[in-house]
This record gives sequence, C-alpha cells and structure tokens, in this order.
Amino acid sequence: MVHIKLNGVEVWAEADWSLLETMRYYGVDVPTLCHHDGLEDYGGCRLCLVEVDTGGRPRLVTSCTHPVFEGLRVRTHSKWAVETRKVVLELLLARCPTSKTLQDMAAKMGLSEVRFKPRYEDCVLCGLCVRMCEEQMGSGAIVFVNRGQESDITTAFDITSDQCRRCGACMYICPACELRCGGPDAPGVLCGSCASPAPTCLNVYDDAKCYMSETACGTCLGRPKASQDDRGISEGRK
Amino acid sequence: MSERDTSKIDSIIDQYGADKELLTSIFDEIQNEYGYLSRFALTRVSERLGVPEGQIYAVATFYKAFSLTPRGRHQIRVCLGTACHVRGAEAVLRRVERELGIEDGESTGDMEYALETVNCLGACALGPVVTIDDQYYGEMTPAKVAELLEKHRAGEVGK
Amino acid sequence: MKSLGSVEELEEARSAIRTGSGSRRRSITVCSGTGCQALGADRVLEAFRDELEKRNLSDEVNLKPTGCHGFCERGPIVVVEPGGVLYPGVEARQVPEIVSRTVLGGEIIDDLLYIDPITGERAVRKDDLAFYRHQQRIIIGDNERLNPGSIEDYIAIGGYAALGKVLSKMTPEDVIEEVKSSGLRGRGGGGFPTGRKWESCRRAKGEPKYVICNADEGDPGAYMDRSLLEGNPHRVLEGMAIGAYAIGSSEGYIYVRSEYPLATKNVQRAIEWAGKLGLLGEDILGSGFDFQVKVVSGGGAFVCGESTALMASIEAKRGEPRPKYIHTVARGLWNKPTTLNNVETWANIPVIIERGAEWYSKIGTEGSKGTKIFSLVGNINNTGLVEVPMGTTFEEIIFKIGGGIPDGRKLKAVQTGGPSGGCIPSQLMDMPIDFDALTKAGSMMGSGGMIVMDEGTCMVDIAKYFVNFLKRESCGKCTPCREGLYQMSEILEDISAGRGEIGQLDLLQQLAQVMRDASLCALGRTAANPVLSTIRYFREEYEAHIRDHVCPAKVCTGLVSYTIDPEICTACGRCRKVCPADAITGERKVPHEIDQEKCIRCGACFETCKFGAIVKV
Repeated sequence: MVHIKLNGVEVWAEADWSLLETMRYYGVDVPTLCHHDGLEDYGGCRLCLVEVDTGGRPRLVTSCTHPVFEGLRVRTHSKWAVETRKVVLELLLARCPTSKTLQDMAAKMGLSEVRFKPRYEDCVLCGLCVRMCEEQMGSGAIVFVNRGQESDITTAFDITSDQCRRCGACMYICPACELRCGGPDAPGVLCGSCASPAPTCLNVYDDAKCYMSETACGTCLGRPKASQDDRGISEGRK
Repeated sequence: MSERDTSKIDSIIDQYGADKELLTSIFDEIQNEYGYLSRFALTRVSERLGVPEGQIYAVATFYKAFSLTPRGRHQIRVCLGTACHVRGAEAVLRRVERELGIEDGESTGDMEYALETVNCLGACALGPVVTIDDQYYGEMTPAKVAELLEKHRAGEVGK
Repeated sequence: MKSLGSVEELEEARSAIRTGSGSRRRSITVCSGTGCQALGADRVLEAFRDELEKRNLSDEVNLKPTGCHGFCERGPIVVVEPGGVLYPGVEARQVPEIVSRTVLGGEIIDDLLYIDPITGERAVRKDDLAFYRHQQRIIIGDNERLNPGSIEDYIAIGGYAALGKVLSKMTPEDVIEEVKSSGLRGRGGGGFPTGRKWESCRRAKGEPKYVICNADEGDPGAYMDRSLLEGNPHRVLEGMAIGAYAIGSSEGYIYVRSEYPLATKNVQRAIEWAGKLGLLGEDILGSGFDFQVKVVSGGGAFVCGESTALMASIEAKRGEPRPKYIHTVARGLWNKPTTLNNVETWANIPVIIERGAEWYSKIGTEGSKGTKIFSLVGNINNTGLVEVPMGTTFEEIIFKIGGGIPDGRKLKAVQTGGPSGGCIPSQLMDMPIDFDALTKAGSMMGSGGMIVMDEGTCMVDIAKYFVNFLKRESCGKCTPCREGLYQMSEILEDISAGRGEIGQLDLLQQLAQVMRDASLCALGRTAANPVLSTIRYFREEYEAHIRDHVCPAKVCTGLVSYTIDPEICTACGRCRKVCPADAITGERKVPHEIDQEKCIRCGACFETCKFGAIVKV
C-alpha cells in the first residue's frame, strides 16, 4: 500500500493500481478514450493527462499508464492539465468529427472551437478493437499496420481472417462507430447539438426528451416525431 | 496449387537460428533474396518462429525498409537528408518522379525501376546523392539526374 | 593467433604483434569508409594492390584499408608512411606514380597535395591541414591507424588493455565510480550522465540484465556512429564489455540501422574474431566474466532510435515507444534492467578507463566533459567528421576547421540535434558548444549532426522539411505527435505556398507546446523544436511569407518564379530541351520565354543556362 497526494488530499492506494484507477476510486475523473477497464492500458490517446510532481519538474503524464508510488503528488485539474486535454481532444475531433463519443466529450469539456483542418477519418486509432480481439476474445484477428499517417487496423494480409469469429466485439467497443447525431447536415467540425443550452426539443415539446425517453425524439436531427404522450407508444429508432 | 518450396526461406531462418529477436534481420535477408516479402514467406516465418501471423504482418508493414509487393528491378534511391536538402535534393526528387512517372515507394509499370527516398546515405560531401543499385551518383541537379536516367535506360551507365 | 586465457597472454600477444609484421616501416593507408567508397576508394585500393604486386612489394609495404578518416570532402584519402604524406581525392590512375615516387622514392608529389582554399598553401602531412590541426581526435583518430577487419591492428595500438585492466584490477563498483567521475554524458542525444545510468542499472533488481548499443543513427546528415562502427568496431565492443561487467550483464545487443550494411558486416566480423581470441564469449581472459553480443538489424524506422522503441523492435514487435514512467534501467528489454548507450558513448569508455577519469574530465567544459564528434555538412567547404573538445565555438568549427562557406556566401544558421534540435542563427556563432548551452539556445546536442546553412536557405522551408520528416517517421501511436505533426505540416505548407494567415504562427506555437507536454516519447516531445527555434530567430522570414507572399531566400516553389531576360538570352535552346514541362518556347535567334502557367518551378533551366539569362524572382 502507498500514499499519494491527490489534489492536495493524502490518500492511500494499492501498489499495483494505476493512477487513473486510484483517481476514479476517489471519485475524481478525467476523460479517456483508449482506456477500458477490461483491457490492458495503451496510453495512446493522451486524453487522461494529469499533472504530477515527483520532486523534479512537474510534468503531464497519462494517468492510465502511470503507476502510483509513495509520495507521488497529483493535480488532476490544474489549468495546464485541463487546457492540454482540450487541445488533445481538439486534435482528435479534427481527425474524426463524426464520432459521437468525441463530440459528447467536447460538450462536457466546454470545447468551443476546433482550429485545425478536419481530416474526416473513420478511425481514431485508439486500439480498443485490437486489444478487445486479442485479450478478451483470445483471437488477435486484427492488428495495427503501417505507421504514422498511414496507420490503420486490419487483418493479417488485409484479407478475410480465419481467426475472426464474427463476434462483433470490435464494433461494440469502438468509440468512432457510433456516429454523432448532427448527421450529414452538421453545422461544422464541432457538433454541439446535445450540449446546446437550448436543445431543439424544448421548442417542440417543452421538455428535454433524450434523457427521459428510451428512444430519441429526433429533433436534433431535424426530424421531430409525433409526441409520445399523444401516441402512448414509443416508436422511435436510435 | 502445389506445395510451394520453403527450403530457401527455411535456410535463411535457420541462418539466424529461428531467433525472434532477429526478425528484422530475417526480413532483410528474405527481401535481399526475393526483392520483397511475399505473403508466402511471411506465413512461413510466422510458422517457424512461433509468432502469430497478425503480429508478423503488423511488424513487416511498420518498417519502411520492407516492401510487401514486388519491386522494380533497379533500385533508385534519392537521399533526402538535411545536408542534401539544403543543396537542393527536393527538386532532384521531383524530377526523378516526373521522369519515371512514379512516386516514392512505387515501381514503374514495366517493373524496371523502383523509387525510394532515404533519410540519409551518409555521403553528405557528395550531396545531393542518388543511387541506382547501390552505385552512387553525386552532386545531382534536376537536369543531371534526368540525363542520368536517360543514360541508364539506354544501358550506357550502371547495369 | 590462439585464444588468450589471461591478461598476461594478451600483453604478450600485443608485444609480439608490435615487433612482428605489423610493424612494417612502410605503409599505405587508404580510407575505405562508406563515404570514400562512394568516391571510388575500392578502385584505388585495388590499384595499389595490383601495383605493389607488380613490383613485388606486397610483403614489404603494409597496404591498409581503414575506416573513415573524417575528411570526407576530399576523399579518397591516402596516407603514406614513413613521412605521413597525405594525398586527398586520389584516383586509381595516380596510384603508380604515388608508389614509385612517394612510397619507394620518399618524394612528395606537389601536384597531388591538398591546397588550402583560403590561404592557397599546400599541406603535406595531416596536421598541416587546418581541418585536422584544430581537432582533438581521441576517439575517431584511431580509425586512421587500423584496418577494421584486423583484430591484431586494434591490439597493436593498445586495444583491449582497458578491458584487461578492468577484469584484473577493478570491481564493478570501481568501474562505475570511474565513469561517474569522468563526467561522461550520453552522446546519443539525451546527454544523461553515463555513470549514474550504470549505477541505477546495477542496483536494479532482475535477471538477466542487458546492455545495448544504439547504432540506429537516424538523424539525417549525421554519420559519426557509422564511421566509428565501420572503422573501429572493436573499440565499441570493448566499451560494451566493460559496461556489461559494471552492471552485471552478460548479454549485449548492437542495433544497427539497415542502411548501414558495411558497419553491420564489420562489427559482426569483429565479434567473431574477438570470440576466437577469448576477448568475447565465455570466461573472457580467464576472468570468469562472460559476455556475448548479438547484432540486430533495424528496419528503416527513425523512431527505433528511441530506446523503448528499439527494445520493442528487438522483441519482434512494432517499433512503438513505451512510457518511461519506470526507467529502462529498471525495466527495459523483455522487462529486465537494461543499459542502452549510443555508439560514441561506448567508444569513450576504453579511453576513460585507460587514461583515467581525472585526465578525461580536464577536457571540455564544466557541465560537458570530453570531446564530441560532429558531422559537419551542408553549405560548408570541408564536409566531414570533426572531433573537438566540448566548449569549442561554432566559429572555430565552421571557419577554422570547416574552411567557411563555399562560393563566398554568407552563413545564415547552423542546425544541431537533427529533427529534435533547432537552428542557431549566425549571430550566435561565438557560442561554446556544450549540452546546456545548446539547450538554452533552443536547440540540443543530439547525436552530433551539424548542418550549415547559407543565405540561400529558407528557414520556413527548413521547418517544413523537419516537420515532414517527423510526420513520415512518427510511429502514429499517440495523438499529439501523429495529429500534431499533420496539422503543423498543413500550416507550414500553407505558409510556404503563400496561403498563410498571421494567426497561424501563434497556433503553431500553441500546438508545439502541447506536443512537447503531451507526447508519449521524445520524438513527439521534441518534434516542435525546429519550428519553435526558427520562429524564435527568424520570425521576419515567416512574416514575409505570410504578409507579403514573398520567400526572401527564393526557395519556396509556390512563391518563386523564373523568367528569361530577353537582353541576355542567346536563344541557344538548352533550357527548352531541359524543361520537363515544355514550358519554354522560342526558336533560333528569338529570345526564349517561360510560360508561367506551365512552369513547375523545378529550376532545371536556371541550372542549365550558361549565360545567366534566367532569373529567379
């Protein structure tokens, strides 16, 4: 067991916990993308950055891969950490503006501008699918190939794989597969529809619908349905 | 399809003791022999070394030194090291691409020439440097390299 | 030679070699490093071989192909002993004359001597050349004295004495203390104190421990490590053996980039020979210490010069770096304690052990001890490898040793540290070069590449060049590096094409800051240095591109155009023939014209025109 200082408060942690696990145990959270509790940590997306001080110069580290040890001092929401996380998200959004996960994160972080050129890639290279296939499904059918700007994820030799069991776990875990609701008529790189202080549904239903009903009302997509109160039956499609 | 002969590939793997730590050296040797890393060769390496095919493919595609598709017979390398760059290497590369009609990493349609850029050949005193089949040609300019390629195609130089 | 079972036997063998055939009075040394080979050194060597055989002198005259002498601008270099007469740029056809007049006749052939371009004087011996005179070649100097394929040559000049001393008279802790006192700092770029690194590794728990030699030398324009490994592989092996003894390892790796086949061959041959003589392998010199070395080839990835990526590569994985929150001296290769050092660092060890830390620490500056080998390249007269004490100024290196800038042009900047470094402007040339001074100026030592740039260089173009280089070489794992370099590249392309906006300089700086703070490895963290240092010292140049749509150095193709001066044009037609875009029209006796729409700005016409009729605007 070790003791660390988390945002000024001394807390204990198990020696084999990661910094992120420790933070979450105490209810402190930072955004993550490539982290998943059931999978080995990758440390690639760089969203979970926090500031640490080990007696030398303070640095920003990825909490998912950083160990805890006696005397570690951590500041999770210093201006430096918060601002840097925002720019990292900005870069990710520029890469893949269609990902709902990223758009939601942007809304939560209060990101209001993406100053970079959009790339409209489908994949954020978080590697969750690769690790899911390898570690949880025991298959390893898909791998990272090439490098740098040509980085991609595919099967061996880019052909139908004998290893692939068509389980769909890769699709399940992918944060880019779920598309943002702004859809093809998006106002720009940053969607922000869900985070809008005046959600579109208020104008139509006097009520914020998406949190309350099981099916999306669709107003943010520009297609309001007949009110569910009128119909009594939910008939929407996610 | 009949059983393909793995003996040459096996002998290369054995030369390196089927040691996974020497994977890149094995790739290098196979490429020297065949001109590229075929799926057949990579599959055999995967079997012999006990490394999953996916990982072999992932590693082979990571390194720029290896080509997974057949390459042209004559290897043209244009050095883009910083010293060559300040002496005008970019213009030389553009001219080569234009003359051959291909880009970095490609081979000409007739499979005669393969073009590759390198980060530094270490012959900075000669820059800008172009090599054809490991033969060095120094102090290249767009005009000179066009002439060099013409001469090479005509068999007057190298080969 | 038989296997040496003790330090005494090594010393006996050494005396025997020195008094034997290796001590032939007459010798001809032909520099045969990769650079000189590209200039035809192998043909020169063969010519000498033939000539000596013809005259029945093969036994009497020692013909020695050696590793790189460093004076690459004027290769192939030939040195004749006795007398030490140096002939630069030798061609095969000059060989018979050299043999008859200099080797046999003891005569100096004036016409073949080196002429100093500034003073006009002829130089006879190596130290008569300004290039060599101002250097202190304690590491690379030995290249000139030995044939890398001959272990006897290395033993004759004192090789393996340091290892002998360590194994017979020093404990591992003694060795670590000595290296610590010397003040040696890593020569690969990080500049970390070597002794401290070894100490941490020795203390770390885990077996087996490993030592690695990083010969992945990826910085373009830097080839010191190649020359050391090609020219004196035994020295590197000796250094590694001493290091392995100090940390408690018996397994070493040398990771050589795939672009260095000669270095790979030479080091493998050296390992074989050292093994045969009991200087490597089991029970070295009868001491009970085992040390085995494996040579691993790279795959053409600059990122594999980063220590954790290099280790991943050896582990048959993609060369992706890993977080260094736990240092590699504790958990490195295969998660075991590993000491990774650069080729030049290893090469410094034998001389530190032999001559002592006190002697070594007198060379250099307070924070940077010893010498450093730089590759002096680019717009410089004397391109080559230069070894000087730390603290030598740029001024000395560029003008005294380097012979200044060719064609009478002006110096603009010097780039150090490769793609992780920055540009030092001409106003700072009196800066003494050491680790800390370079870092303070916004650059870094790096592996020792020193690219000289004259006034014809565009600093925006240089920044773009380095960003594009790193973009190609980034492993792609982490967001700030992969995406950051892409976005930086787009902005720099815009600026150099005249599409830049003034806010982009601030954006570049902010992005650079994030890359520095958030990237996974040193490649990403230092990727912004070339951009930041050029903005720091050459901001007006960026602003000229953005505000005025002008490239002052006339380099950026989007902002440059070529026109033909009708007054000077003689209508010879050469430019028309050489134009790849058919953009030049004109007939005989009619001044030619360039169609600006078709022109691709390649500059071929500009190169070809013998009358200076083509102007760059």
